[in-house]
Amino acid sequence: MIRPTLIVLLVLIFGVLRLPIENALTERDRVAFSHQVNLRLELREQIGQLGFTAALSGFRSLVADFAFIEAQTAWERTEWSRVLLCFQEATTLQPHSLLYWDMAAWHMAWNASAAALHERVLPTEFLRRRAQRQYIDLGKNFLQRGVRNNPRRPELYESLARLYRDKLQDHAAAASCYTKAASLPGSADYDERFAAYELSYAPGRECEAWQILRSLYDRGPHERLPTLLERLKFLEKKLNLPLQDRIPDTQM
Amino acid sequence: MQHRSFSPSRVAALAGNTFTGLVRLRAFYFLLPFALILIGSSLFFVRLSFQAEFQILKDVSLGAMSIFSSLLAIVATAQLIPRDLEERTIYTILAKPVLRSEYLVGKMLGVLLLLALGILVMSALFLGLLFFREQILLGETTRSGLPPAQIAAAIASLKASAFNLNLLPGILLIYLRAALLASLTLFVSTFASSNIFTTVVMVFVYLIGHLQGTARTYWLQEHSSGWLAHTFLGLVALVFPDLQPFNLIDDVVAGTAIPLALFARTALLGCVYTTVYLFFAWAAFHEREL
Repeated sequence: MIRPTLIVLLVLIFGVLRLPIENALTERDRVAFSHQVNLRLELREQIGQLGFTAALSGFRSLVADFAFIEAQTAWERTEWSRVLLCFQEATTLQPHSLLYWDMAAWHMAWNASAAALHERVLPTEFLRRRAQRQYIDLGKNFLQRGVRNNPRRPELYESLARLYRDKLQDHAAAASCYTKAASLPGSADYDERFAAYELSYAPGRECEAWQILRSLYDRGPHERLPTLLERLKFLEKKLNLPLQDRIPDTQM
Repeated sequence: MQHRSFSPSRVAALAGNTFTGLVRLRAFYFLLPFALILIGSSLFFVRLSFQAEFQILKDVSLGAMSIFSSLLAIVATAQLIPRDLEERTIYTILAKPVLRSEYLVGKMLGVLLLLALGILVMSALFLGLLFFREQILLGETTRSGLPPAQIAAAIASLKASAFNLNLLPGILLIYLRAALLASLTLFVSTFASSNIFTTVVMVFVYLIGHLQGTARTYWLQEHSSGWLAHTFLGLVALVFPDLQPFNLIDDVVAGTAIPLALFARTALLGCVYTTVYLFFAWAAFHEREL
């Protein structure tokens, strides 16, 4: 009887010794990946008992893949509510997969919102427009959550910028997202330029946009792309700049 | 007769014998092909999703590796001592100048070799599939007729999403988790009455081990629950090891790099846990009446 008791005691002592190490490791994991996957009971209802058990047993990513595949099938059948649910599962289970956030936003803000305008169940144009706006907001919400989960990745900032630009015509917000993307490692070369383009469309921000575009122009011929020159010319006229501050017309 | 000194050559002989015995095990021949078929079938799954094909290929393959290695660790280790007892080989071995610690370490090393073989075979198939799929897509991209700059960008993106070096520490962590489970199974089997009991207990340990982190957090931070729930959570946190830190592969597949320090700490934790549970196995087995 002494030996089993001694072994149980050893296991418990080892447990006490393990506690601070495991806590520190969990904390480091949280800091390194800047998230904690929150497997809530609502998710259990969505993915079923088997899926939830699998997710808890270290197969979170695999369950997320199947939710993603199911979302694609639902998309082919234009079952938008199902698409939304499947992407909520996939993004909850695998918050570091940029593709899931990006695809979820694209399906909601582009596909579902366009389909809402032709939705026969909604009797009036007002209701269809409202549904369209709700889908765009859902897409925006996906990207905003994606950015919160992956703050060091520029791709989702770029997608959010495109959504603000193309779906909400909020050019100031689009410029802000492109600027943020440009400041992150691995960003696309065009992010800084696109931020300036978007700012040039934002009412009241013309002067600021001109300064950025001009500084890009001054970097050399490789930055003097047709859109940049066109936006610069537009702002020069709008701001009524003196001739000496304008770029030569020969550049156009 | 006293034979106090620990002999690596005796351990090596026991390990080799255990490895040979395990390779001939029917469970191995059932589980390995099943895992290989599952990894191979990931090529089918990728066709279901044209955007995330590398991610799905990696998820299915690594998931198969993870579950197969864990199952093999449990099933192979659970039957080591009961089989030796049933076949009475344990009496022959321990009647010779072999320490019980040597016997356990030899058995454990045999299992570790088997797990290494399993992981190597599965990794080779997985990386081969990844390479095969990458080459197909690279060929399609090169022949797409796009401008050279766009082709270069597409090829760079393809290469980045296919194989990356982060997969290797991820695979190593799968192995370490399996080693930890094997060590824990050996500990349980030293006092268990049968290998079925050990296997069932270990399946529960596997499931609870993945929830241990949640239980530990609630136990340490939440004091509003009743004393019964609090005690239960405390027991879970103290008795079961946390297996969640070994699941970094989910983040690797999603494209997040594992910081070297975090990997080193997790790997060290795996090695320490494996050693400690092996010590517990020895403590339970040391003076057990056979």
